[in-house]
Amino acid sequence: MTRPILLRGGLVIDPSRGTEDVADVYLRDGKVAAVGRGIAGEDGCLVYQAAGKVVAPGLIDLHVHLREPGQEDLETVATGAMAAAAGGFTAVCAMPNTDPVVDNQGTVGFIISQAQRAAKARVYPIGAVSLGQRGERLAEFGELVGAGAVAVSDDGKPVVSSHLMRTALEYARSFDLPVADHCEDPSLSAGGVMHEGLVATRLGLKGIPAAAEEVMVARDLILAELTGGHIHLCHISTRGSVELIRRAKEKGVRVTAEATPHHLTLTHDACEGYNTNAKMNPPLREPEDREAIRQALVDGTIDVIASDHAPHHYDAKEREFDDAPNGILGLETAFGLAVTELVETGLLTLPELLFRMSTRPAQVFGLPGGTLAPGAPADVVVLDPKVRWTVDPGAFFSKSRNTPFGGRILTGRADLTIVRGRVVYERGGV
Amino acid sequence: MSKAPPPTPPLPKDLVGLEELSADQIRLILDTAEPFKEVSERPIKKVPALRGKTIVNLFFEASTRTRISFEFAEKRLSADTVNVAASGSSVVKGETLVDTARNLEAMRIDMVVIRHHASGSARFLGDRIRSNVINAGDGKHEHPTQGLLDLLTLRDRFGKIEGLKVAICGDILHSRVARSNIWGLTKLGAEVAVCGPQSLMPRGIADLGVTVFKRIEEAIEWADALNVLRLQLERMTAGFIPSLREYNRVFGVTRERLARARRDIVIMHPGPMNRGVEIDSDVADGPHSVILPQVTNGVAVRMAVLYLLAGGSPDWQHPGGGQGGGAE
Repeated sequence: MTRPILLRGGLVIDPSRGTEDVADVYLRDGKVAAVGRGIAGEDGCLVYQAAGKVVAPGLIDLHVHLREPGQEDLETVATGAMAAAAGGFTAVCAMPNTDPVVDNQGTVGFIISQAQRAAKARVYPIGAVSLGQRGERLAEFGELVGAGAVAVSDDGKPVVSSHLMRTALEYARSFDLPVADHCEDPSLSAGGVMHEGLVATRLGLKGIPAAAEEVMVARDLILAELTGGHIHLCHISTRGSVELIRRAKEKGVRVTAEATPHHLTLTHDACEGYNTNAKMNPPLREPEDREAIRQALVDGTIDVIASDHAPHHYDAKEREFDDAPNGILGLETAFGLAVTELVETGLLTLPELLFRMSTRPAQVFGLPGGTLAPGAPADVVVLDPKVRWTVDPGAFFSKSRNTPFGGRILTGRADLTIVRGRVVYERGGV
Repeated sequence: MSKAPPPTPPLPKDLVGLEELSADQIRLILDTAEPFKEVSERPIKKVPALRGKTIVNLFFEASTRTRISFEFAEKRLSADTVNVAASGSSVVKGETLVDTARNLEAMRIDMVVIRHHASGSARFLGDRIRSNVINAGDGKHEHPTQGLLDLLTLRDRFGKIEGLKVAICGDILHSRVARSNIWGLTKLGAEVAVCGPQSLMPRGIADLGVTVFKRIEEAIEWADALNVLRLQLERMTAGFIPSLREYNRVFGVTRERLARARRDIVIMHPGPMNRGVEIDSDVADGPHSVILPQVTNGVAVRMAVLYLLAGGSPDWQHPGGGQGGGAE
């Protein structure tokens, strides 16, 4: 039986109800029991002084790669769930491009049981759109959902066949399932290793044009309109994509979209010196693209921030730019980057940011959480939104270290993360 | 009495590209190359400037002329040279570039000349070993010694670089020679243009300070010198251009097209040539061509680079200064 928890005197921000007050939050039996002033906890409850901190529903990351099964040297469900908790996340959704691919109930069940054993952040598996993510035949959505999958995606790769994407969107409607697409036309991006632009020209690296993403975004939006299905667009990186999504939303297309912390922070200039920790897919783009993404988070064209946490081995990144794998870590820097780049700059208020990182993700994938309404799951985070800290990859809970943000000073981080009413992460000294 | 502080080296540890050199540094290399040209004319083509130094030519891409040019440069400076031809990608071979670097360092190699298919590989190596690293061509990024020998050849012919109009023609998108030339020429005050099929023109090229000509005729009318790049056959199979025949018909440097040029237009080519594709034989072998002088200058420029990187003093050939001249 977990002891009840009383979080006393914090600034309680609940984006689901638009509230922001100094109050106490009482958690009992794995649920939010009460939010208000002067709550007297029962005997034996744990009391945390949250004065000067923010108490919010736990952050939810809709897009992470946990590498298990198959590449446990890079990350496991357990280490990823711990990294998530340290980043303030009470839930993450794990992409299925593992080995084996999550295209069957066995692998879905395996991930869920690994997450339960780890008992840190919740891990919701995302199933594959196609068997083996080979882009040929639909995976059995019904079986995947029955086993616990919350969405389907072939991420890592695009769904190239428009016919397959159309069928997936239609078939997914039977299960109210979002189909998440990694938008990339492989014939336009083939061989590219960074954004196609002046920096690539100077570095002598093959570029991936913005059009490679935009033609697929356009296609997915048209198919979503045709089928009435829910298309979720992963890691949007270009201003052209933002424009397309904005217009589709105006027309009532069922589209949701995410952007990563690195796309709202960095540009292709980060590739100077052939820095492989600036190599990811979709690539870092131009300042105008970064600006468009930030604005899109303000006006809701982009619904959520999702990290695309992608662990890679040090040796793998320590090589020629062409050969290095794509992707960087994200869970333990996401909140800090978002506060520094969006809140400190005045683009978003903290409640608006928390909406994008907690409430809205829960809405987009239909997950529990994202709210502190009494009766909701006790997935809560105590954040220090003002603390300035230096990113130290050596101290990450993740098994990997591939981040370009080492040494960067960020504002804002999690002090205490609670899942199902149990403390799963506590920064020393709270 | 206090010792004089050690002189700051005129060049960085590694020659990775011309983008990061200053105009003065480039001029220093060209000036140092001049007297080395004379060494290659002697019956005994040797000076002891780099005696006792070990140099490895680490070529991951097949190359005859560049490797031989470097080898002659090294041997004429009396260095000990070792050629390593690593076929195929290091990943395929199993040994990473990092491990190759560490092994070289452990063997206390003084200098490494590297040619590799990945852009950035010269910098990658240079950042990880103490030896001097000379880029003999990294992917599509730079080929600095080619750029330097092109500059030297132009300077020989015209007496200066500043104000010269140089058009680089061909597959600019994939060309490290083009990039190095653009940096070297613009830093020394030349006017630079590029010309080629639009599908082989990199994004943002105009932002590097070059004019873009759509047609080869425009480039020929405008230029004092044409640097004609080799068109690789793979560009056709990859669909960038429809055929080599069409390329020659539309962009080939032919005698007919040259009739519209300035009288003394100079034709350059980094080699090896695809005769009948980007350049016709009667142009390559004709009176405007400086293709063979480029090759001669290549050895001298490489001698200068190796010498300066190894710490040689720029006025080596004057008795009493530097490491002494004269054959042994």
